[in-house]
Amino acid sequence: MSEKTFLEAIREGLREEMARERAVYILGEDVAVGGPFGATKGLADEFGTNRVVNTPISEGTVVGLATGAALLGFRPVVEIMFIDFITLAMDQLVNHAAKLHYMSGGQLGVPLTIRAQEGAVGSCGAHHSQSLESWFLHVPGLKVVMPSNPADAKGLLKAAIRDENPVLYVEHRGLYWSRGDVPEGDHVVPIGRAAVRRSGKDVTVVALSKMVSVALEAAEELAAQGVSVEVLDPRSLCPLDLDTIVTSVRKTSRLLVVHEAVETGGVGAELVAQVQAAAFDYLDSPILRLAAPFTPVPANPMLEKQFVPAKEDVVNAVRRVMGLAQS
Amino acid sequence: MGEGERTEFLSLLQTMWVIRAFEEKVSELYSRGQVAGLLHLGIGQEGVAVGVCSLLRRDDYIFGGHRAHAHVIAKGADLGRLMAELAGRSTGYCRGKGGSMHVVAMDVGFVTATGVVGGNIPLALGAAFVCKERGKGQVAAVVFGDGAGQVGAFHESLNIASLWKLPVIFVCENNGYAEFTPLSAHTLVSRLADHARTYGIPNTTVDGNDVLAVREAVRSGVERARSGEGPTFIECLTYRLRGHYEGDPAKYRELSEISEWKAKDPIARLANALKEKGILSEKEISEAEPRARKLVDEAVQFALAAPWPDAGDLTSQVFVGG
Repeated sequence: MSEKTFLEAIREGLREEMARERAVYILGEDVAVGGPFGATKGLADEFGTNRVVNTPISEGTVVGLATGAALLGFRPVVEIMFIDFITLAMDQLVNHAAKLHYMSGGQLGVPLTIRAQEGAVGSCGAHHSQSLESWFLHVPGLKVVMPSNPADAKGLLKAAIRDENPVLYVEHRGLYWSRGDVPEGDHVVPIGRAAVRRSGKDVTVVALSKMVSVALEAAEELAAQGVSVEVLDPRSLCPLDLDTIVTSVRKTSRLLVVHEAVETGGVGAELVAQVQAAAFDYLDSPILRLAAPFTPVPANPMLEKQFVPAKEDVVNAVRRVMGLAQS
Repeated sequence: MGEGERTEFLSLLQTMWVIRAFEEKVSELYSRGQVAGLLHLGIGQEGVAVGVCSLLRRDDYIFGGHRAHAHVIAKGADLGRLMAELAGRSTGYCRGKGGSMHVVAMDVGFVTATGVVGGNIPLALGAAFVCKERGKGQVAAVVFGDGAGQVGAFHESLNIASLWKLPVIFVCENNGYAEFTPLSAHTLVSRLADHARTYGIPNTTVDGNDVLAVREAVRSGVERARSGEGPTFIECLTYRLRGHYEGDPAKYRELSEISEWKAKDPIARLANALKEKGILSEKEISEAEPRARKLVDEAVQFALAAPWPDAGDLTSQVFVGG
């Protein structure tokens, strides 16, 4: 175990998988020189530019090319520099990568990993800040994972690369320089298992990606107010570990879902629907969501701050679920 | 001319007849409701598929578009399994789950068709990327229509294939119409091969109804690809004798235009050429059609006798391993 940043954990996961499996290739804009955040720094020196491949700014064709290579047994990892640009690759990802196993009656498989970076951080504006994971949850055939800490960043990435299906691996830019303990060696986190980040008995908070740390801070403050919060990190949105969430809700009888993506049509809506169907009789209050408002992400730093749910918002939302006055 | 070469010519003629007979039969089954869905036939365009595939090895790859039955057959796929796929039966190549526009026949290297115009081109680049890395001289070919020439993925793909010297052969089946609209109403670029010139890709425009001309162009493209020299672009001028899809009355085309192209039927042209040159006997030529129709009848029997998918097939194979 050693302390690493989220970015270092990604790089370690990539390096280990490239060393382990010759069929792993990295493709993306500027990846051979490390990319703007350094996730792939040094890998081209180690593995060569035929395996760490700089591509033109052609996201759609690059994702299609990687899909085509995956059909023949390669295990490509494509970096989408900002998830906003994945819009350009929707045909290849949604119509081809996700469906070819099914449409071919099982003749084809697509062991493809897409790393996409998102999050409203640093006033980057509406084209470099969106959280778009819910779109992909709606596509049969795609797996979607969202690591919230360096250990999972490494472990889920290794699992994604080894998976026989296309996996969208969503990284939050605001986590890149956060630090945490990362197990040494072959640390693989199975896709489809949620993690209980804090145990509690009064209310369950399911938080995604960077919101996990925000929820944990809020839980600390709520503990001082006499509210015991259980914080869950789904880690994987598809497949979803509904059992762990429902087990927690049956214990606490209350649920709040927190994510940074806009509320309307977000992952929270799906979670609410599934949990109420599985645990309706256990609920003591309506399930609430806390998410960004239904607006594009503003570039203005003051407005961006208001856009993203903060610790105080989580505290107040939990108190609403509990039927307590706002703090 | 050696016996090997004679056999090869006979095989070109035979395969074109099989494709023609297959598609005519599919049309018949469609009108009887035994094949459902959207059906795009390439009757009249057989010269391109046969010309291209006759020069590919079994371990080469090919990708088709929405009008791809011909390429699946020309690459050597099993007629019964293909017919069963179109008829939605569980013995089909894709267990009846893909249908006409999503045929996959990996046993012969037909990697996939696509229902999205131009969507197959980046996929073929991926196969070419793999071929290049493997270093065994394999190539990938991708077939698309003139409509794909106005798709973004087409241009991105030409650029990357050229930049990375990928062993891919771009085959444009220019049949003059993107759905109901002539090419001239979609672009001022009258020769789509000109796009390849922009990206520095060797290119040619050939008579797509002359299978021998198609073969000559493909031969040099395949040689270039196998020897690591990169992509080639071949524009084949051809014509679909039926509508965009079965049920399209194609009133946007003049009858005179259709008869003009009927006179250039690729099968009759090859047959006449082989007869005139004395390469094949009249008997050999005349036997090709009935032999093809018999093979297709057997495929239909196999297909229609097969069971439908069972209820579990609806939700199986969404994910590998689940």
